[in-house]
Amino acid sequence: MTDEKQQPDPKEPESVASPEAPPDVLTASQWKLMWWKFRKHKLAVWAGFLLLVLYFVAAFCEFLAPYPLDYRDVDYAYAPPQPIRLVSEDGIHLRPFVYAIEGERHPETRRKIYTENTDERLTVRFFVRGESYRFWGLFETDWHLFGVEDGGTVHLLGTDSLGRDLLSRILYGSRISLTIGLVGVTMSFVLGLAIGAISGFYGGWIDNLIQRFIEIIQSFPSIPLWMALAAALPDTWSPLQIYFGITVVLSLIGWTGLARQVRGKILSLREEDFTTAAVLGGTGQWRIMWRHLLPSFMSHIIVSLTLAVPTMILAETALSFLGLGLQPPVTSWGVLLTEAQNVQAVAAQPWLLTPVFFVIIAVLAFNFLGDGLRDAADPYSK
Amino acid sequence: MFALIVHRVFWLVPTLLVISIISFVIIQLPPGDYLTSYIAALEETGQTVDYERVEALRQRYHLDRPMSLQYLYWMGGIVQGDLGMSFEWNRPVRDLIGERLMLTMVISISTLLFTWALAIPIGIYSAVRQYSWGDYTFTFVGFIGLATPNFLLALIFMYVGFTFFDVSPGGLFSEQYEDAPWSIGKFADLMRHIWIPVIVIGTAGTAGLIRVMRGNLLDELQKQYVITARAKGLPYWKLLFKYPVRVALNPLISTIGWLLPTIIGGEIIVSVVLGLPTTGPLLLNALMNQDMFLAGSMVMVLALLTVIGTLLSDILLLWLDPRIRYEKK
Repeated sequence: MTDEKQQPDPKEPESVASPEAPPDVLTASQWKLMWWKFRKHKLAVWAGFLLLVLYFVAAFCEFLAPYPLDYRDVDYAYAPPQPIRLVSEDGIHLRPFVYAIEGERHPETRRKIYTENTDERLTVRFFVRGESYRFWGLFETDWHLFGVEDGGTVHLLGTDSLGRDLLSRILYGSRISLTIGLVGVTMSFVLGLAIGAISGFYGGWIDNLIQRFIEIIQSFPSIPLWMALAAALPDTWSPLQIYFGITVVLSLIGWTGLARQVRGKILSLREEDFTTAAVLGGTGQWRIMWRHLLPSFMSHIIVSLTLAVPTMILAETALSFLGLGLQPPVTSWGVLLTEAQNVQAVAAQPWLLTPVFFVIIAVLAFNFLGDGLRDAADPYSK
Repeated sequence: MFALIVHRVFWLVPTLLVISIISFVIIQLPPGDYLTSYIAALEETGQTVDYERVEALRQRYHLDRPMSLQYLYWMGGIVQGDLGMSFEWNRPVRDLIGERLMLTMVISISTLLFTWALAIPIGIYSAVRQYSWGDYTFTFVGFIGLATPNFLLALIFMYVGFTFFDVSPGGLFSEQYEDAPWSIGKFADLMRHIWIPVIVIGTAGTAGLIRVMRGNLLDELQKQYVITARAKGLPYWKLLFKYPVRVALNPLISTIGWLLPTIIGGEIIVSVVLGLPTTGPLLLNALMNQDMFLAGSMVMVLALLTVIGTLLSDILLLWLDPRIRYEKK
């Protein structure tokens, strides 16, 4: 892999630069070349943008969500979604509104049936005061991005069995679901890099031992292993401890693939001329490792990390869905989906399935982004 | 090649030994054992606990011994083909797994056939007509299929089936055939139900295989020998199926060995969601109830099958594709 070195081939600059690229493509740094190449993958750029939005939402969910996480509208259990409208019988309105809903118990089944009251329009206002919450646990405030006047309800995605607003819970859940992948990936990254580097750098019996160990871990079917480890987390742990326990469980398997990649790269890079030059120049082993070898395969590592995040998000969702992962009151998309386990419940309240779409969108976005990054990681190839 | 197989089989023994230790440790990780949680459950509901019986059970299954001895007892049983007893079911683990194995195998093999029947033709089409309208459609659908986790797909299927077709897609049989002996009617009933789990489990695999098939075939189609064969006048379709497709099929063979563990493991989560009478839900239950011999033996068997499966695939590949060399340095 000689193209790792920072010497762009002057013969094929066109394949690297985007059409509007300036002529300084010959002198551009490797990261700049990568960015140009990445930009050409439109889908990946959009996916990256979407992910930024999702993480922004996760960061500011307290403010963006119309209700706090555990706020219960007792009179509105299993209320259907109230769509935002601009058109009523009176014509078009400039300000978006929702119709108020009224619940009535069915005389026989005792189930609550909700109907829209088309006479009562609730205007959706921005920057309103609502239920109070602690922003990032720092200070108390009651400002929300949007809401309706007092006494009205705005459940854009409906409510769950306890009358909690599903949209708000999905937004809060994104904080857990989206970060658990990142934390898990960071852990596998540290483990994989360290162990892979040791294995590749020292070689010999250490290498042999580590490789056999990795083979054994990889020969375990991952889902049963995850389930067994998750079931082993003690019930007495606090939600935060469980959260970290789950990320450790998820990353325990992820690092093996990474360690193998790192080892392979180091084995091949060790033979390169620039390494020999560094050795001859009297550079220390650690400096060669961190200053010369690591940067040469960093881009590849980043790609495999991006592609590992969705796997972890899915695994967390699956474990929580089965009741082995996170437990309420911690709220993740998987925990929200436990309400959708029962067919009857889903058939009567199909909006309980909406967290599914958030999971799919996040996973798709990470896959597309990883795809684009993979192409960009090697900016000198065609 | 023979030396390689011997070498790999030799490595199998220590690998399996380590696997068995890890399996046992994992199963022992939760505090307490089945009996303590059994007592706790009884006390919670206010029933009297027969401590003598519990003590007898504890001694019978050596739960009072240190962990290393327990492991040796367990291992000794496994070597003799005895997978231990399930506390919860009060039956030998081997019978429990055996009972559910048949249906698990039926589902796994049907899924495999479904995946291949769909993925191979679509993959070939996508590669031959690259960037065509059909290729884009399949790519897009494939990506969504890959991104949707199986159990969420199962949820959506159940919802659609229940609301629009008025069928409850859970389980593999209608009620009247649940415990009935095998008959043509029961078989027909199975066929009516099996397509939902097959589609649900097979989607992700199909999508992945289409991508692999397409990528491999595209690589092959650009090679010199294809041009040479065309220049010699070999008809396109004949050429396609005689050479590039055969080479592109390699990944199918390299994954065929992984079929073994899925035969037992099934798609655990999908089986739980759809309520399938397969081995998956059995394992989940055993893990949650600390039914240690059942859970441990199942994890052990799964790992064993994965190792053997991988070995089989490697040997198959070596045999079918003479270009592959496993050289020892």
